[in-house]
Amino acid sequence: MSLTAAPPAAAAAPVPGSTPFADALHAEWTKLRTLAGAGWLLLAAVAVTIAVSAAADAASGCSPAGCQADPVKLSLTGVQVGQAIVAIIGVLAISGEYSTGMIAVTLTATPRRLTVLGAKAALVGGLTLAAGAIAVLGSVLAGRLILPGRGFTAARGFPPLSLADGAVLRAAGGSVLYLALIALLALGVATAVRDSAVAIGAALGLLYLVPIVASVVGNQHWQRHLEQLGPTTAGLMIEATTQLTDLPLTPWQGLGVLAAWAAGALVLGGALLRLRDA
Amino acid sequence: MTATTPYRSATAGATRDGFGQLVHAELTKFRTVRGWVAGMIVAALITAGIGIFVAAGGASQSCQSVGAGGGGSASCGPPALPLGPGGEPVTDNFYFVRQPLAGNGSLTVRITSLTSLLPPAGQEFGAAPDRPGVVAWSKAGIIITSSLAAGSPYAAMLATGGNGVRMQWNYTGDTPGLPGAVSAARPRWLRLTRDGDTITGYDSADGVHWTVVETVHLAGLPGTVQAGLFAASPVLPPKAVNIAGVSQGGGGSTASTAVFDHLSRSGAWPAGRWAGGYTQGDEAAEAQGIGQYRQAGGEITVSGQGDIAPALPQGEPGLAESTIGGYLIGTFVGLIAMAVVATMFMTGEYRRGLIRTTLAASPRRARMLAAKALVIGAVAFAVGLAGAAAAVLAGAALADARGARIFPEPWPTEVRMLVGTGALLAVVAVLTLAVAAIVRRSVAAVTIVFAVIVVPYFLAAIVVLPAGAADWLLRVTPAAAFAVQQASPQYPQVAAYYAPVSGYYPLAPWAGFAVLCGWTLAACGVAVWLLRRRDA
Repeated sequence: MSLTAAPPAAAAAPVPGSTPFADALHAEWTKLRTLAGAGWLLLAAVAVTIAVSAAADAASGCSPAGCQADPVKLSLTGVQVGQAIVAIIGVLAISGEYSTGMIAVTLTATPRRLTVLGAKAALVGGLTLAAGAIAVLGSVLAGRLILPGRGFTAARGFPPLSLADGAVLRAAGGSVLYLALIALLALGVATAVRDSAVAIGAALGLLYLVPIVASVVGNQHWQRHLEQLGPTTAGLMIEATTQLTDLPLTPWQGLGVLAAWAAGALVLGGALLRLRDA
Repeated sequence: MTATTPYRSATAGATRDGFGQLVHAELTKFRTVRGWVAGMIVAALITAGIGIFVAAGGASQSCQSVGAGGGGSASCGPPALPLGPGGEPVTDNFYFVRQPLAGNGSLTVRITSLTSLLPPAGQEFGAAPDRPGVVAWSKAGIIITSSLAAGSPYAAMLATGGNGVRMQWNYTGDTPGLPGAVSAARPRWLRLTRDGDTITGYDSADGVHWTVVETVHLAGLPGTVQAGLFAASPVLPPKAVNIAGVSQGGGGSTASTAVFDHLSRSGAWPAGRWAGGYTQGDEAAEAQGIGQYRQAGGEITVSGQGDIAPALPQGEPGLAESTIGGYLIGTFVGLIAMAVVATMFMTGEYRRGLIRTTLAASPRRARMLAAKALVIGAVAFAVGLAGAAAAVLAGAALADARGARIFPEPWPTEVRMLVGTGALLAVVAVLTLAVAAIVRRSVAAVTIVFAVIVVPYFLAAIVVLPAGAADWLLRVTPAAAFAVQQASPQYPQVAAYYAPVSGYYPLAPWAGFAVLCGWTLAACGVAVWLLRRRDA
């Protein structure tokens, strides 16, 4: 009956040696780990990426007359669909908290809002890096197994895909980074707009609208500028391994554009999170 | 202890949960959320804005010589395409060896050879053809045409390089006759007879046994027509590379040569010589020595290029900027905005618990969904139609002002594209509503709709999957409905790169739309079933 009973020690004193960021990261990990959806989404991102890549490999064909294909880009086609699921993971990481009101609890427990966002970004980025690595490795493996049977043979100048090849390694590694950056971009957008429907609409629109509009713009200069500016059109240049001189940007510059988009979205989201009421 | 009358609404003359009131209630919910109304207005404005952006970014500066009419006709400047009797743009320039025919009469000939030259391999578009090969739609035969003016009514019996004997008339008419290629061992006899404005085409393998291929009426055929032998050889569409890097064949001008004999005529023909030449002139072809006729003994050799067929938007595949179809690309913005708002229209009820009030006021759940669908569908239709109309009207005006050529479309096609865009958005909104009612979660609903409508289009037309996979995606998914935005129809008798990347869909416009409607009905059925079965 004493009002001065000591609260449980674990809740009162932080674990010795831990930092606020590590605590926030641990909290985010617990929240994510105990929700069924996140694991399924990561699994879906991997499965869809590999499945679409394999389907594109199987639907392709190199005639004896030769072809100007980029087998690496072809075998990574699934990234362009898998990125949608990765974007959902990024959006749900924060908008789920807003739709359930959990955000109030989170910010009560960790009043430093940028720490919360940083922990979310680290967690989402890390998980999508891991899932992306599996998805991209699976896609490259599918390409290595399927493409020779579709006419992409060494005799026609297409050796089997191998990560020992510098350009293939760059395309594959870059695609993993690409997926993680897409997740961070989506997280930043969702932090800025809060509502989950608007957030997912905005994120998916950002990913897919620029290439669709660029495809019908007849003026070559405008088209190049659009492709240089669009987060996905620029980011996917990392997958190109042939005709690099025709690209509007170099592969790493392209991925840099996407990184700038992700950083910009996170900065905007962070600023709004700090300034606004939750 | 007096009995009190229960409260009755003062609203006159309506049943308690009449459907009209339900619709009114849903409309009130919609229009009182400022974000939704603003979102719809912004969606219409961006749809139009992207159309104007595309029109402004048209490639009018880089005028290329794309030989739609037999090589060399410039694609710059105001619309240059003649219109056929049906109002469709046509290509009408071919090598014609002719004489006037007064009144009724007939023309019979045997064709013993039809050979073609393909454009040189690996050369730039526009080089003179020099490789022997088969041009599927090279044409040579006999023709009766009302005049030499481009786009005038005609009927022709002709042999083709790869599609057998055909009777063709007025550009879009096409009936197959005897199959197989022409050779000295397998000659083909062709006959056209004119009786008033009726023209009948016959073919025969031996000159004895004749078969009627088709009888056609050419309205307003004058008393004296131009009739004779002709040769045409179309421009092959330029190379297209899909994601697998498979090129669809080299493009460029082709040339064809036909050998005729056993020419016989009945009717009032003049005695003088035949006159040969391109109907609209073709300096480029004549400079390359393509287009002549020789008469030696009973044998007449005619060579030429060009075509007499419906015209299609030429240019690089994927560059649909020359048609108004490209100005409608902003529809995707409208589509995403619509999906977001339609989702919130449904999930908002669950999130705020409003669904319990709604269902208490109107316990019949299917009617609640119908009322919501009517409201969101009508709003989406208005947004889509307004955005599309503004995009096309402003885009076309802007392109006109810049002197860029826009591929002319008959007005019913334009109306179908605009109304179709409105209807597309309306049905997608209803589909989204149903999906949102099924999954009750915003992110899931928006993503599902995006995945079934935008992603298939993206894979087929932007990633450019190989043709088989792309066609399959645009047949079975709700994205098939984008067919309502197809500008020019596909003509089997015109060689072109018919693929989603160049704006052609595997299904006919309204058939593709019906696929979307089918999916939407199915989703609505599941939504109603779940609404009734589940607690709100």
